[in-house]
Amino acid sequence: MSENKVEIYSTATCPFCTAVKDYLDSKAISYTAYDVAEDREKRAEMVEKSGQMGVPVLDINGTIIVGFERGRINELLGIN
Amino acid sequence: MHDLIIVGAGPAGMTAAVYAVRKNMDTAVISVDVGGQANWSYNVENYLGYTHISGSELVKRFQDHIQSFGIKEEYSRVETLEKTAGGFAISTESNKRFESKAVLIASGSSPRKLDIPGEKDFIGKGVMFCATCDGPVFSGLDVAVVGGGNSGYDAAVQLMKIAKKLYIIEYSDRIIADEVYREQVEKADNVQVMTNTAVTEVLGDKLMSGIKIKDVKTGQERELAVDGMFLKIGYVPNVSFVSDLVDLNKNNEIIVDCACRTNVQGLFGAGDVTSVPEKQIIVAAGEGAKAALSAYRYISRGGK
Repeated sequence: MSENKVEIYSTATCPFCTAVKDYLDSKAISYTAYDVAEDREKRAEMVEKSGQMGVPVLDINGTIIVGFERGRINELLGIN
Repeated sequence: MHDLIIVGAGPAGMTAAVYAVRKNMDTAVISVDVGGQANWSYNVENYLGYTHISGSELVKRFQDHIQSFGIKEEYSRVETLEKTAGGFAISTESNKRFESKAVLIASGSSPRKLDIPGEKDFIGKGVMFCATCDGPVFSGLDVAVVGGGNSGYDAAVQLMKIAKKLYIIEYSDRIIADEVYREQVEKADNVQVMTNTAVTEVLGDKLMSGIKIKDVKTGQERELAVDGMFLKIGYVPNVSFVSDLVDLNKNNEIIVDCACRTNVQGLFGAGDVTSVPEKQIIVAAGEGAKAALSAYRYISRGGK
């Protein structure tokens, strides 16, 4: 599972961002997180990738997921 | 076959799960998310035992509590709920089928939309619902909040610290938000409150770039450039999967009696999805407890 590339676009107050990070931590999945409120470039990148402005946005090996969709995240990472 | 399936994992569903498991009922929870709209509250100051806690932190504590019981959880949307000879059958978006003797619907509600041209096209692309979640994405941009009630002002208080310019748009002629909120908003110099104002269209290309607003007294219409619009105009109950089966009131809420029973035997309701007044975390939690005990009584009597 170590070859997975996971990026999370998030904000500091967003509850589902914290929840998704806690979830990945609990599954020992490593990820890079960006705060799109602070980082304008990453905000633009998130909009470009997902076509929208809601958070969290996950980029899992190039597949974009908007929101904490546990089912799809599990599927893409091969976890339960 | 399970004894009880709980649809929804907000305060009502989670409390019900705790009570059901403590009665040794074979229980499963099916939900899109954990916590539902309780997550959206920036500040909760009226849940007993916590003088001050964020909605998401409270949800996390609820979740830790129910996880200690090892309840079966399915994270998906319920598509259909049917009455069967032995109880109920549920199918989910994840293509799974569940059966149980009793069902508790605690599916909560979703934000009401304006139902105007352009709105649907820009959901998530500027038309937003949760300021706590998505507000910071709009830092330095111009934003509108639609709705002058407490939830509108709760969103406004968060957004005025983030946005360049914030408009609060209210259809009626007065603001009904509590004084504590209004005082905070009045102190901010980047907020403009507009009463007697209707939003009539959402404009934009790939993302939202503005809205059309109308003075409801004069009928005069003009464009307002905003990058985001947060809708805080109330809620609609999540009943699509059950509306053919159960009696609803004129607000589309599931009608329940004081023991959380619906008109269908074995089908119970709790929380914001029901006709019970006051959409509060503590009310929903209490109703969830009552509904689980009601379901227990129903099953131990052999489904009567």
